[in-house]
Amino acid sequence: MKTNKAMTLLKGATAIWLLSATGALAQTTLEFSQWWEPELPKGSLRAIMDDFEKENPDIKVTLISGPYATTRDQIAIGAASGTMSDVVGLDGAWVNSLSAQDAIADMNSLMDSSGFDKSQVADIIKIDGKAVMFPVASFVYPLFVNLDFAKEAGVTELPSTRPEFLEAAKKMTKPDENKYGWALPLSLQSPSSVLNDMMSWVWASGESMMADGKPALEGAPVVDMLTFIKELNDAGVISPGIASKTEQEKVEEFVNGRIGMMVDTLAHVNLIRERNPDLNFDVIPMPVVEGYEGKRGMAYASWGIGISESSEHKDEAWKLVQYMMSTDVNARLVSLANAFPGNVNAKPDFVTSDKVFAKAFEIFQAGYLANEFTGLPEAVDLMRQFDVETQKMLEDQQTPEETATAAQAKWMEKF
Amino acid sequence: MTARGPKANYKLGRKVAPYLYLSPSLLVVGLLMLLPMGMVITYSFQESAVLRPDTSFAGFKHYQAIFGDEVFWASLWHTLYFTIASVIAHMTIGLAFALMLNSDRISPILRSILRVLYILPWLFTQVIIAVIWRLILDPNGVVNAMLIDLGIIGSKIEWFSSVETALHAVTFANIWAGYPLFMVSLLAGLQGIPKDLYEAADIDGATGPQKLFFITIPQLMPIIVSISLLDFIWTMQVFPLIWLTTGGGPIYATEVLSTYTYKLAFSQYNLAQASASAVTILLISIGLTLFYIRHQKAR
Repeated sequence: MKTNKAMTLLKGATAIWLLSATGALAQTTLEFSQWWEPELPKGSLRAIMDDFEKENPDIKVTLISGPYATTRDQIAIGAASGTMSDVVGLDGAWVNSLSAQDAIADMNSLMDSSGFDKSQVADIIKIDGKAVMFPVASFVYPLFVNLDFAKEAGVTELPSTRPEFLEAAKKMTKPDENKYGWALPLSLQSPSSVLNDMMSWVWASGESMMADGKPALEGAPVVDMLTFIKELNDAGVISPGIASKTEQEKVEEFVNGRIGMMVDTLAHVNLIRERNPDLNFDVIPMPVVEGYEGKRGMAYASWGIGISESSEHKDEAWKLVQYMMSTDVNARLVSLANAFPGNVNAKPDFVTSDKVFAKAFEIFQAGYLANEFTGLPEAVDLMRQFDVETQKMLEDQQTPEETATAAQAKWMEKF
Repeated sequence: MTARGPKANYKLGRKVAPYLYLSPSLLVVGLLMLLPMGMVITYSFQESAVLRPDTSFAGFKHYQAIFGDEVFWASLWHTLYFTIASVIAHMTIGLAFALMLNSDRISPILRSILRVLYILPWLFTQVIIAVIWRLILDPNGVVNAMLIDLGIIGSKIEWFSSVETALHAVTFANIWAGYPLFMVSLLAGLQGIPKDLYEAADIDGATGPQKLFFITIPQLMPIIVSISLLDFIWTMQVFPLIWLTTGGGPIYATEVLSTYTYKLAFSQYNLAQASASAVTILLISIGLTLFYIRHQKAR
């Protein structure tokens, strides 16, 4: 009797083990590496992944999270060694290099085979016709103004054109009190200021730094922008320490009331409020060249998503990408991140609940998103080279025209 | 066929045993040092190293490219300035503080307090040091405020942002961070110098400077040379401090070999040229290491 019972138990255990083992074998585990999780409220991205797993019981998602720079280096190394995660968080500045290495998959065929509605996404980043990235969330860069600072300086109307901006910055600048109109963080450690704080002036006036897919830095739009920056510098309205200033320091100066205006990401609104709850600030569109009446381009950075070419589970990875781009999930994610959606039908909740975000959403809807660095080869290095040439200009080693010519020559080596 | 006797086995065992004891460390050194080193050397001779699977032999092309780049030579010069100035200052300050802490003229309580204070910079990581000095040398920072109040300067100096001052500013920050190594080592050396040498010098009527130059420094010379060489090798490879204070700028004013290599690898994704640059640093380091080993053997 005892032997029979033991045998039955053993058979039962074997059956359970076999069933669970088969189930485990049938389950696919996806790796999703990104820098978003540390920037979102704790546990919120994991909660989205848990919901995805509930909808797709045969797929498990392992989040590989780290700071932006670490993720960038990990992805660069993963692309080189063929060990990139199945799904990757991407910055538009990286995709050209990754595509040149055949490290990111073309999602065209996946979109076609699944009948994906392309009209629902705000943008699809393509390199040589290959769809390599969807912007999931976009962080726009309007002009932040310290309203009390402006009022105190006698700036009654907030600037809408470049000359008005210069005048307002002059009024706000009081070097004896360590107060300045604007900040330009040109540290070479992270040269993204070229995109956010410099080229944003070009795009705001509906202009471009490119022509026929090639750099056009010697054209009037970029030269005029450089001349304007030099004018601001010569007028002494930019807070000192430009060449080593980082973006974080720029935000700190704004929070502490040391600069009146800055170009910054909307993602910093809550941070600014946390650091200085009493700061009375607003966001306005980037000032434009005099006489420009058209739509204003608005610089942005995005959290992009793509699939690794070396992934053995591309279909499952595509399910996750689709899930992240779906209307409800996208709205949920961007509401958490204070970003604008990658799905055109998604409506983040902060747009109705917060005055500053509502204003930014109005600016966003009245203009268009502009970031010409997305998809450019070695985009970060292009920014760094432009940064170096700008520093030379601000050191009076060259004119704006010479700056544009030197940068153009360096950029052309990459194209 | 002859069977190996127990005596032969014992002899073989005696011969093999040292290598077996060494094998774990040899394995670790081989996997974590020699293998990556060999790979980097290989990459430096490859076309599109790492980035593409279909690489080809590129000869000395990448070495020619970096040696033909004026920024590389500027980086080399900045590295030498940064390193030599740092080592000399570390040694001088370290010796001065060690002599102070070893002196009987200062009360033991004050000496203990000073010992803790002087060693503080050594406890900070390079990231913290970079943050501290960025704040201190900010145009609106405490140094400018002090210098203006004292009437030494008329307007704010942008220490890390000006081409004229940036390299000196990062070197100064590195000097502050690194002197405790010398101080601690030399203090230990000072406490080991026999007292009777000084007593004999006193009887002979030697002055303080004479005792310093004819007894103290010669007695400390082996430590000074050893620590200087190690400091030279370590300082030459400093990266976080420079990266976090200036990023190699303004323009190329603080570009050193480590930041130059980093930018090639992670900004331009030119891993082959970055490898060539890294191999150049390796060769300089090997030269210094050989010099160090020869010095140690001579002792």
